[in-house]
Amino acid sequence: MIYRRLFGYPNYRIRSPFEELERMRRQMDRMYDDARAPSQQVHAGVFPMINLTEDVNKYFVRAELPGLKADELDIQVTANNLSISGERKIEAVDKSARYHRRERDAGRFSRVMGLPGDIDPEKVEAKLKNGILTVAISKATIAKPKQITVSS
Amino acid sequence: MTDTQSQDLRVRDKQEVAGPAEQTTPGLVFTPAVDIFETEMAITLLADMPGVKADDLTIDLRDNTLTLSADTEPADDSSEEGILLEYETGRYYRQFTLSEIINQEKIDAKLESGVLRLTLPKVEKATPRKIAINTG
Repeated sequence: MIYRRLFGYPNYRIRSPFEELERMRRQMDRMYDDARAPSQQVHAGVFPMINLTEDVNKYFVRAELPGLKADELDIQVTANNLSISGERKIEAVDKSARYHRRERDAGRFSRVMGLPGDIDPEKVEAKLKNGILTVAISKATIAKPKQITVSS
Repeated sequence: MTDTQSQDLRVRDKQEVAGPAEQTTPGLVFTPAVDIFETEMAITLLADMPGVKADDLTIDLRDNTLTLSADTEPADDSSEEGILLEYETGRYYRQFTLSEIINQEKIDAKLESGVLRLTLPKVEKATPRKIAINTG
């Protein structure tokens, strides 16, 4: 089709021969989006999966990290990036033990995520409770919403 | 198994399940990832259940069926708004049929940082005994 258009009609959109391809690509993307079940979560494909929420003053980043201890985690913040890395260890079992099931994974992980606004790197708190990590990050004063009163 | 510890962890979606009966309260139910191993004396089960407190966990063993079920509370405050939500939270539920006879009185369960460690000691009779073969 592209062949015929380009060569059958030499003036047909000769400026951008990739436009047609680009349009097709967009259509394909839409088809994939529609085919995906609506309930399926979209994630970045990097461990750990995170939930990012916000309230007026803070961002909250949560991740499920069962079995991790606080000292096995490394959390860093920069201007508006948060990085979480560590290693999940699963203790070795006795050599004579026989496994029936083995579904839990061990390994290293590292994830960096961008935060949607400016933060105050001095006011970051991390908490690990019942296997859930919660990082509370204060927004920079400039990024906090300010109530404006309308004068009549 | 030292080599497994140096690998990079890959993302796994939480496995949603339908319980044995329909739920009366709405909410999602997930199946926890488990390791189960057996030694001569006991069967040990390790289950990843992030967000579960000891009070919310129910372990039930009857007629060789082991049932794990746990409730979780939503981690976030209702005043928070979601920006990026990659995982969902809900209850945990999983059942196993045990082939060994378990000494119910000596079952030990420990829940630490979202990981359940359940030790199910075998009844004396079920521990293997070497059988001597007499040659006549």
